[in-house]
Amino acid sequence: MGLLKTFRLGGVHPPENKLSAGKPIETLPLPKQAVVPLGQNLGAPSKPLVKRGDEVKVGQLIGVGESFISANLHSPVSGKVLKIDTVLDSSGFRRQAVIINVSGDEWMDNIDRSTDIVKEIPYTSEEIINKIKAAGIVGMGGATFPTHVKLMPPPGKKAEFLIINGVECEPYLTADHRVMLERGEELLIGVKILMKALNVNKAFIGIENNKPDAIENLSHLAKDYGDIEIVPLKVKYPQGGEKQLIKAVVNREVPSGKLPIEVGCVVQNVGTTLAVYEAVQKNKPLIERVVTVTGKSLKNPSNFLVRVGTPVKELIEAAGGLPEDTGKVIGGGPMMGKALLNTDIPVVKGTSGVLLMREEEAHRKPESACIRCSKCTYACPMGLEPYLLSRVSKLGKWDVTEKERIMDCIECGSCQYTCPANIPLLDWIRLGKNKTGQILRSRNKK
Amino acid sequence: MKMFTVSGSPHIHGENSTKKIMYGVVIALVPAMLVSIYFFGINALRVLVLAAASSVFFEWLIQKYLMKERVTVSDGSALVTGILLAFNVPSNLPSWMVIIGALVAIGMAKMSFGGLGKNIFNPALVARVFLLISFPVAMTSWPKPTPLTKGIADVITGPTPLGIVKEGLKAGKTMSELRPELPTYMQDFIGNMGGSMGEVSAIALILGGLYMLWKKIITWHIPVAMLTTVAVFSGILWGFNPEKYADPVFQLLTGGMLLGAIFMATDMVTSPMTHGGQLLFGFGVGLLTILIRLWGAYPEGVSFAILLMNSVVPLINRGFKPRRFGDNPGVKIKA
Repeated sequence: MGLLKTFRLGGVHPPENKLSAGKPIETLPLPKQAVVPLGQNLGAPSKPLVKRGDEVKVGQLIGVGESFISANLHSPVSGKVLKIDTVLDSSGFRRQAVIINVSGDEWMDNIDRSTDIVKEIPYTSEEIINKIKAAGIVGMGGATFPTHVKLMPPPGKKAEFLIINGVECEPYLTADHRVMLERGEELLIGVKILMKALNVNKAFIGIENNKPDAIENLSHLAKDYGDIEIVPLKVKYPQGGEKQLIKAVVNREVPSGKLPIEVGCVVQNVGTTLAVYEAVQKNKPLIERVVTVTGKSLKNPSNFLVRVGTPVKELIEAAGGLPEDTGKVIGGGPMMGKALLNTDIPVVKGTSGVLLMREEEAHRKPESACIRCSKCTYACPMGLEPYLLSRVSKLGKWDVTEKERIMDCIECGSCQYTCPANIPLLDWIRLGKNKTGQILRSRNKK
Repeated sequence: MKMFTVSGSPHIHGENSTKKIMYGVVIALVPAMLVSIYFFGINALRVLVLAAASSVFFEWLIQKYLMKERVTVSDGSALVTGILLAFNVPSNLPSWMVIIGALVAIGMAKMSFGGLGKNIFNPALVARVFLLISFPVAMTSWPKPTPLTKGIADVITGPTPLGIVKEGLKAGKTMSELRPELPTYMQDFIGNMGGSMGEVSAIALILGGLYMLWKKIITWHIPVAMLTTVAVFSGILWGFNPEKYADPVFQLLTGGMLLGAIFMATDMVTSPMTHGGQLLFGFGVGLLTILIRLWGAYPEGVSFAILLMNSVVPLINRGFKPRRFGDNPGVKIKA
């Protein structure tokens, strides 16, 4: 297995704990009330188009992305708008959301709800991008960058390769794995659509070797699509990081502060690619997604097809209820996910999983002195020195953080995961990134 | 309503801990401990126990009553320092000197800098050099190794192989004249020679080194750079004049070379943070060791070489950065 591709610098091997890998995707019943935050994408929040008392249908546009980096928002349910109010989001901030009381399940007429697979792609690149933009698709791996923006390279830049991220390197998560197994054909058509939109003639799907069934399934299906290559990868976290994936698959490195298009690559996640298929071929906006609900004490770790806006407690109920010993609820995976304040927080476009950690797993071990073992430096996939960045962040030396390239940090958490002294390296580095970023932005304004 | 814990990611932590690393080093030191007890008898055990116990005691005392902070002696770092200190002295060193050594190692070289992780110099080596300068006679009276199987160790002392060579060459003898006085390579390899109690057995030290490599406690960079430098540098000189310079195998197997390369120079706290820096550090230690051995006043130079290189570690850390991701894109970037 030494021949498998992977990225070179750093990385760690957390226990995989893919408890729900064997569980087929189930459709979760509709919630009684959907809470649909307006800021579900990176960039500007969508501007609401509905008001209290409006009747909405499934797939109806309820928020519009007006600035360049923004995205449309559609009602994931049918019913009546109760109010537009602020609710807690996964980061613990209060954000505007459209709250809809659900009645029935009435869809917009133009959405093709049949399960027939539509292979023919009769659209031009521009038409595809417009459809994706209209459907409000964002990166569903968690970063929620608006997908249509990624498909429009800036002038002078040209995409050479499309890379589909089927790595799912976060422990516990299996949503993308199940999509690759169960929706393989649609996924590949989605890849073709993206290739057409980008006008590239080579696509790769990178999948870690701990999902041999997905590799086999897609390799088999891909025989009918000559220009899509399945690339098995050696298991290593954080291979799902965009830059690490590009390095692993085509051996190119995105330069500091630049986007993948600099090295001729565009990366899209598996979930996103499926959403692209549905948007373009079926007129279906992004209103639902596959979410893994998992945890060591959970009775039934599962993969659910969930409408956006469903509170996470309904997912937990459907998977056997909240275990007594739950100490922490995480939106996303254990390495990069966010600890949720409560279980009323809704599923959004970027929610890949809900992880319940036991009380004894929920707390950090006590911090001790740095023994300068360098393990954080060896683990950093960006070639940074986390011990140094965290220390100078603590001291507020923002000139040093900048010089030591703190903005290159992808916040994967490998350093903190590996630190024998349990130092909260990433807490400090996040602070440093935040401050350094502010300084850089204000400098650029001048 | 149920309250959940909220904290920043990552939410899981790996298996590493300071304790595991320190006790890993202790395990790696076991083979050399056994060999030293085998060759130097109950005296070696006395020094070992005394050095370890007094190091742990002094750290506890200073943390609790002087620094008034959380006592962390259970992390094992003081134990490692104690054992390494014992390894660096002759087995017949008077007990009170051993205790002073432990006080210097822990009190002066470690705690006065702020404790674990903050010291610049290797604590055990600071103590060794302190003892060597303060008690030159006691620190250079090396008991002859007497295997346990051949009865109780006697008190006969004799020079180390490096001492024999240093004095012999000074007296105008050639290497081939000195050869009969020296232990064979096999004896060097097993540890049947005079010297500090933990440094004599190459095989035991290498075994410990392999264990630490396997457990990822050390990386290969410092030992390999240091030993390669020694081999190449002394090899060149030996090639020019084998009668005036000892051969590289002799240089590698005698004195504190392997103890230094595997256990002392690789001390995490006092060595560089990046592999590039570690290679330079190892090179510097190797070079200085040979310079001192061949042209210095002392027959042995490993401790001085490591301490000297310790002092430039902050500088090395500034100059040697890891390879940053993205600096070699692998494709031409259009401006």
